[in-house]
Amino acid sequence: MAIQSQNISQALQQALADAFEQAQPLQLRGSGSKAFLGSSAEGQPLDVTGHRGVINYEPRELVITVRAGTPLGELETLLAAEGQMLPFEPPHFGAAATLGGTVACGLSGPRRPYTGALRDFVLGTTLVNGRGQVLRFGGEVMKNVAGYDVSRLMVGAMGTLGLLLDVSMKVLPRPEQECTLVQELEPGQAIERANRLAATPLPLSGACYDGLRLYLRLSGSGQGVEAARRSLGGEALPADDPFWSRLREQELPFFDSALPLWRLSVPATTPPLDLPGKQLIDWGGAQRWLVSEVAPETILQAAARHGGHARRYRGGDAQSRASTLPAEPVMKLHRQLKQAFDPKAILNPGRLFPEL
Amino acid sequence: MAGSVDNPKIDKPGLVRALGRFLSAGQIIHETEALRPYECDGLSAYRQLPLLVVLPENAEQVRQVMQCCHQRGVPVVARGAATGLSGGALPLADGVLLSLARLNSILDIDPLARTARVQPGVRNLAISEAVAEHGLYYAPDPSSQIACTIGGNVAENSGGVHCLKYGLTVHNVLELKVVTAEGELITLGGAALDSPGYDLLALMIGSEGMLGIVVEVLVKLLPTPQRAQVLLAAFDDVSKAANAVGDVIAAGIIPAGLEMMDGLAIRAAEDFVQAGYPVEAEAMLLCELDGANEEVSAQLARVRQQLLDSGAIEVRTAQDEAQRALFWKGRKSAFPAVGRISPDYYCMDGTVPRKRLAEVLLETSRLSQQFQLPVANVFHAGDGNLHPLILYDANQPGELKRAEDLGAAILELCVRVGGTITGEHGVGHEKIHQMCVQFSAVELEQFHALKRAFDPQSLLNPGKAIPQPKRCSEYKALGGDTLIPPSARTGGE
Ligand SMILES: Cc1cc2nc3c(=O)[nH]c(=O)nc-3n(C[C@H](O)[C@H](O)[C@H](O)COP(=O)(O)OP(=O)(O)OC[C@H]3O[C@@H](n4cnc5c(N)ncnc54)[C@H](O)[C@@H]3O)c2cc1C
Repeated sequence: MAIQSQNISQALQQALADAFEQAQPLQLRGSGSKAFLGSSAEGQPLDVTGHRGVINYEPRELVITVRAGTPLGELETLLAAEGQMLPFEPPHFGAAATLGGTVACGLSGPRRPYTGALRDFVLGTTLVNGRGQVLRFGGEVMKNVAGYDVSRLMVGAMGTLGLLLDVSMKVLPRPEQECTLVQELEPGQAIERANRLAATPLPLSGACYDGLRLYLRLSGSGQGVEAARRSLGGEALPADDPFWSRLREQELPFFDSALPLWRLSVPATTPPLDLPGKQLIDWGGAQRWLVSEVAPETILQAAARHGGHARRYRGGDAQSRASTLPAEPVMKLHRQLKQAFDPKAILNPGRLFPEL
Repeated sequence: MAGSVDNPKIDKPGLVRALGRFLSAGQIIHETEALRPYECDGLSAYRQLPLLVVLPENAEQVRQVMQCCHQRGVPVVARGAATGLSGGALPLADGVLLSLARLNSILDIDPLARTARVQPGVRNLAISEAVAEHGLYYAPDPSSQIACTIGGNVAENSGGVHCLKYGLTVHNVLELKVVTAEGELITLGGAALDSPGYDLLALMIGSEGMLGIVVEVLVKLLPTPQRAQVLLAAFDDVSKAANAVGDVIAAGIIPAGLEMMDGLAIRAAEDFVQAGYPVEAEAMLLCELDGANEEVSAQLARVRQQLLDSGAIEVRTAQDEAQRALFWKGRKSAFPAVGRISPDYYCMDGTVPRKRLAEVLLETSRLSQQFQLPVANVFHAGDGNLHPLILYDANQPGELKRAEDLGAAILELCVRVGGTITGEHGVGHEKIHQMCVQFSAVELEQFHALKRAFDPQSLLNPGKAIPQPKRCSEYKALGGDTLIPPSARTGGE
């Protein structure tokens, strides 16, 4: 099994080295669960899902190192058996979702504003760059400032800077207790309340407004959650209510629409956005989901006006511009970094931005 | 005479004139005696006078300085409060030292959004002090927090005693305004929780002034916990204390801070600040728990029992806020305290997996005997981040060299057990050779390519942090543990 994986990592390295030689663009493919995100890459498909399995997991160290093709579900089951979890609560968007794909897309779930984003828990990576060289950055220790933080740079790069072979992540104990409180509010009040509460020492781990009700999740020790629950009041959801996982997986009725779905990432205190269509507010106000037919420009401008950015998540016309681009001087750095990691542009060209 | 001693290509009077077009005379220092205070950072074993020092007062002046230096091909080293311990702010003889000390305003505090917008020269502690009235604080708290600047913290990705639970600088910064090598002002990150494209914010943090000059920082603030309580556990054996660290975390508790001091450090700190430390002990742990009142009470009982089970000979709880502050004061002043018992000390900064702590401390003490220099340990145990303090006397011929060799041996030990040569102080000038131990030639080449993407002419802090692969082969050719310390390389500056 280990030998086989060794062979696979060598085969992947060789595939990239050959592609570099021949300047042959490649389309890196995990399970395809997030193919809807961003634009599609040009190039020959390269399946990376065979490179799977846990390399090292020591619950006492709060660290796990796994091959990038490992299914996210498998990984979470393994952690749960030790009373631990991936703290950033990643969406899967498909039963076969891999860790590598999740890291490349940089996806974090409802816990994000309170516990941290995926990138906050990446400790190290082994990757193959666009020259076909295997490189290791970071490691399995909690603090490491030797060299530039290339591991975090891979998060959200959508495979345009390197093919991830394995990733080391910090994990955390699962909270002893969780509880969700629900309260009917106007949108503006809900945003205000979520922010006010986040500025107080409550064990918040989720704050979502579905257009009618504000859902507040508390996680922590039994005593901590109980104390917070008493001070907050409101109606509690049954313990087995799947609200948060359905939110994370976009399975709530809100997401069930034939119209385009947009994600707006804005400062958490931004007032309700005046845009046609329906909205769902997550991340305590910092993530706004919008189901709307309005012109992309209108949405991109609204996000920019509030100091944020937007991206069409699902649906819509694939030909129209669908995401905020970095400002030009920052875009220039993107191009130069791409050149530094992938000089012949063989890795997922066009997947992140048309010009990368 | 035009041209500096070291680099005849640089026309110093011409440069001073050009800078004088937008800086006042008081903002440009170029006379040798006035340059003296800038010759080193917190790692004072290495000293070098810069060509000149500039003291801009706003981001626009920083931009102009960078443009001016870029046009003339003059290298620039940024400097915050110079508390850095890896020689990162060590000047270059032919370079400008750019002090950010005068950019020291807190620009905005937003209590609802829980953010503060500050200039890079603002001191770390000043942020928490300014936002305390809102029940908020800035979490990363390096022991140098009274003095060090947020710009320096960003450049080093600094940590502190509360990073175990609340993360490092990279976890607590939302946005940076940065002046590039070419003198362009860019914004990385933002007030939203993410931004489109590559995570250049994370990349900039910890880049040791090699990728850009930070001119503004938007930090995240956290609510002050309802209650914080600290436990002090004494041990008669260093290994027992080291293993207790893993035991507490394995019990499913993430303390707000979990720090360790060995006997030498305990006694030095006690002499210095009378914190009430157990001076007979061989090691001690400080374990802080925070959260809701009831929660802290419950955790205190659990952790106390765990520490006793792990072999503590005594576990004390701070009786009140004053005693808690005193326990921490002893820890936070441990470096200067050790400074009082030895003419000089040299602070190392390796990180190892927690489970290897006991073994690494034991081997460090063996190395200490081998090199015949005492070592005191006071460190961020919860994160496995060691700070062996090597005691030496620079006035004794050969002792600095011996201290450097011992330090290098300790760092290589850290790499051998799966750790890193630096957890929070940075590579800087100091650990450049050990980078060759930790990274392969192709990895180093990738770092250089990344640097060129930001700074094609290599004008920002050149020569620090990432060694040239050629240097590494020379270093390795000399054989495993044979070391060329930076001091020897630069001819005893
Ligand atoms: C007693 C003592 C205790 C310490 N404890 C800790 C600790 O607990 N945790 C920890 O992490 N560190 C600790 N340190 C190390 C040091 O305080 C930190 O590295 C700190 O972040 C340095 O900040 P500074 O403002 O002094 O930066 P400087 O030393 O001036 O500079 C450090 C580096 O940052 C660069 N730089 C500075 N400002 C900027 C800017 N605006 N833009 C770009 N680059 C810049 C410099 O070029 C240099 O490479 C300690 C140091 C001392 C002396």
